[in-house]
Amino acid sequence: MFENLTNRFEGILRNIRGKGRLGADEVEEVLREIRVALLDADVHLGVVRTLQDRIRERALGEELSGVLNPGQQVVRIVLEELTGILGGATMPITFASKPPTVVLLAGLQGSGKTTASAKLALWFKAKGRNPLLVGADLARPAAVEQLRTLAERIDVPVFSQPGDPVSVAAAGLVEARRLGRDVLICDTAGRLAIDDHLMAEVARIAGVLEPHYTFFVLDAMTGQDAVNVAGAFHQRLELDAVVLTKLDGDARGGAALSVSQVVGRPIAFASTGEALEDLEPFHPGRLASRILGMGDIETLIEKAEEAFEAEQAEAAAARMLEGTFTLDDFLEQLRQIRSMGPVGDVMQMVPGMGQQVRDVEAELDEHRINRIEGIIHSMTPDERTDPDVIDGSRRARIAAGSGTQVSEVSRLVRQFREMRTVMKQMGGSGSKGRGRGPKRGRKGKRQGGGGRTTPRGPVKVPKEGLALPGLGGDDRVGGLDPGVFGRGPPRSQG
Amino acid sequence: MSLRTRLGSAREALGTRLADVRGRDEVDAATWDKLEEALILADVGVATSTALLARVRERAGADGVSDGADVVDLLKAEIIGRLDGVDRSLSERSSPSVWLFVGVNGVGKTTTIGRLGHLRVSAGRSVVFAAGDTYRAAAVDQLVLWAGRAGATVVRGAEGADPSSVVFDAIEHAAAQGADLVLADTAGRVHTRRNLMDELAKVRRVAEKGAGSVTETLLVLDATTGQNGLVQARQFTEAADVTGLVLTKLDGSARGGIVLAVEGELGIPVKFVGVGEGLDDLVPFDPGDFVEALFEMGE
Ligand SMILES: Nc1nc2c(ncn2[C@@H]2O[C@H](COP(=O)(O)OP(=O)(O)O)[C@@H](O)[C@H]2O)c(=O)[nH]1
Ligand SMILES: Nc1nc2c(ncn2[C@@H]2O[C@H](COP(=O)(O)OP(=O)(O)O)[C@@H](O)[C@H]2O)c(=O)[nH]1
Ligand SMILES: [Mg+2]
Ligand SMILES: [Mg+2]
Repeated sequence: MFENLTNRFEGILRNIRGKGRLGADEVEEVLREIRVALLDADVHLGVVRTLQDRIRERALGEELSGVLNPGQQVVRIVLEELTGILGGATMPITFASKPPTVVLLAGLQGSGKTTASAKLALWFKAKGRNPLLVGADLARPAAVEQLRTLAERIDVPVFSQPGDPVSVAAAGLVEARRLGRDVLICDTAGRLAIDDHLMAEVARIAGVLEPHYTFFVLDAMTGQDAVNVAGAFHQRLELDAVVLTKLDGDARGGAALSVSQVVGRPIAFASTGEALEDLEPFHPGRLASRILGMGDIETLIEKAEEAFEAEQAEAAAARMLEGTFTLDDFLEQLRQIRSMGPVGDVMQMVPGMGQQVRDVEAELDEHRINRIEGIIHSMTPDERTDPDVIDGSRRARIAAGSGTQVSEVSRLVRQFREMRTVMKQMGGSGSKGRGRGPKRGRKGKRQGGGGRTTPRGPVKVPKEGLALPGLGGDDRVGGLDPGVFGRGPPRSQG
Repeated sequence: MSLRTRLGSAREALGTRLADVRGRDEVDAATWDKLEEALILADVGVATSTALLARVRERAGADGVSDGADVVDLLKAEIIGRLDGVDRSLSERSSPSVWLFVGVNGVGKTTTIGRLGHLRVSAGRSVVFAAGDTYRAAAVDQLVLWAGRAGATVVRGAEGADPSSVVFDAIEHAAAQGADLVLADTAGRVHTRRNLMDELAKVRRVAEKGAGSVTETLLVLDATTGQNGLVQARQFTEAADVTGLVLTKLDGSARGGIVLAVEGELGIPVKFVGVGEGLDDLVPFDPGDFVEALFEMGE
């Protein structure tokens, strides 16, 4: 609805150019548009009012810049104000000097607490910690079963027992110490902010656990009531941060902004799907542009990068199977394999590749890869495309150029040829499923906290196709719903 | 217990905007601002609020209303007028009839099935639950527990099974047993996931192929949902032909005002509301009670 907020501002502010500042009337008109946009994004009415005041002040006070047009300038002010509320950098998580580091999750029914508990366990695991999950939701049917099932997928132990949630939490803490687990994550039942009995109960849980981090789990689709709820939880629990869930939907997520403002706490994590690796540190800038419906500029760029990398990898795979795989491709593969962890795990799953991989793997350390890289870089493009042209004198030249031995060059070329032959024989298979099902949890694209498995090269984004929505005056991608992300390469490249 | 009494505690927790309006004996710009604020805080949304208030203004002008309390009454009457006279029954015109439950994650689909099943079993129907959420961890266990409470039987498939085949099997099973009603659970999904919406459309299609027919597709909407609720209703209707809404979690402090936009813009009626987590906490939607609850904030 408000994808074209900038256009509207520009419409209102068209006649401003040439004057030094915005006039009060135009600013009021723009503020009315901003108000509607923010309310449609579920920003709380009270927060909208505060924002309007601040934006008014700045819009009237700032000199008009020569670089941005007035509409763009107002958008920038709005974005800065929103980002300001959401806080600056990503929230750092530190560990208790006396383990376990205790994390408590609380929130309304169905907001995503149990899933987030398991996701956090995975996140801590990826950081080298040994978490224990404590299932203190004894109210919802099969809640502990759900936690156990999720925990099994990530191989994290769960503690729970019948009785009452406060004793479960207390016993869980004892258990964590007994097992020497250094992180305890406590899942709790959903509860309404107005349910005094249950709110008192969660306060007692916090009392026995003395958590280092208390997270309020907030559904991104929540409306105006979010501030009442978060306020009530904050009063009882002294929240440390928000975990914002279901961002894979297309809700604008204004509730998170409101909660941040009212409770004065940052958003620590963003959850973007049901799979356990769908948890990322939160980016304030992204949510700000999403709230304004301007397309998620940062995510857009990131997705474009990922799509670009995926395309490259696919093209290489295709060449591989056709037998037209080049040494450049080979080098790229080596780099990617290195970034994926132990080679054996990855490559040996490829049928028919066992022996060749073991040969390569034996020497595939940092040092060796650097030498291989040096060798390949000393080849001419022709040689890289078709190493069969490399004769004795070329080998000597390459060895000299890369500071290696002729024998090393020979061996690389030989290994490469063998690999290519095997790949050619394998050619044909290679469809990739993308549906949902048990497969989905293992997509392997992300490890743990969202670390990348493919190296981040120079940003190869087709710049002209990615004009920043609204800010560049070119609105090619300005109409993108946030929900579009994750559905493949951006539509903008046409 | 009526919806209104059940909502008592929630009401106390809220502000006093309408009390302000009522207390004034003149109607001015501030009156209209306060009314708009009350609607927006209840998640009615800017567009629907503006439209409602434009009508009320018109009527207030025509009737020469100049008192705050009367304007509030006009507004209530305007909303009730829009909600009244709508058929909110659930159709059982086939044997077995299939009611399909759809919605985003965590809104209360499974819980609603348990309670609605209980209501139908109490009314003498023989009810089968189809465990069509083959994705979420322990979703089937949860449904089985609810079936025990409700007195229904469950047909389940393997984890990760195709939900349409599970639903189809449940319908065939119900037909063979001479059961009256199949309540089909589905996995929660956000409508931005194209493949999952296609999967849902398929469940809906396949469910028609067997012995029964789908007489209701109920979109479960959480009362805390803000403006995205309208988008959800639109998208789920497109995929699965939604025939009605169930508005859950109305026992909390959220008002569920977005359903006014959904009914108004899409003509999808609210049929039941969830007012707690217990077996009896599901009641038919009553427009009068709903509007009172929408407004009686701390009055
Ligand atoms: N689409 C989506 N679904 C989520 C996300 N986080 C949790 N869910 C789903 O939301 C539902 C409720 O989550 P759950 O963890 O059980 O919530 P709880 O009741 O607060 O413990 C489940 O179907 C989850 O799979 C998310 O980020 N995106
Ligand atoms: N307070 C309250 N909680 C509810 C209501 N309906 C469902 N819930 C809770 O919401 C959570 C999610 O419900 P569930 O049926 O699993 O949602 P589903 O993921 O859509 O199947 C559970 O904790 C339920 O107990 C309601 O009307 N009021
Ligand atoms: Mg839970
Ligand atoms: Mg369910």
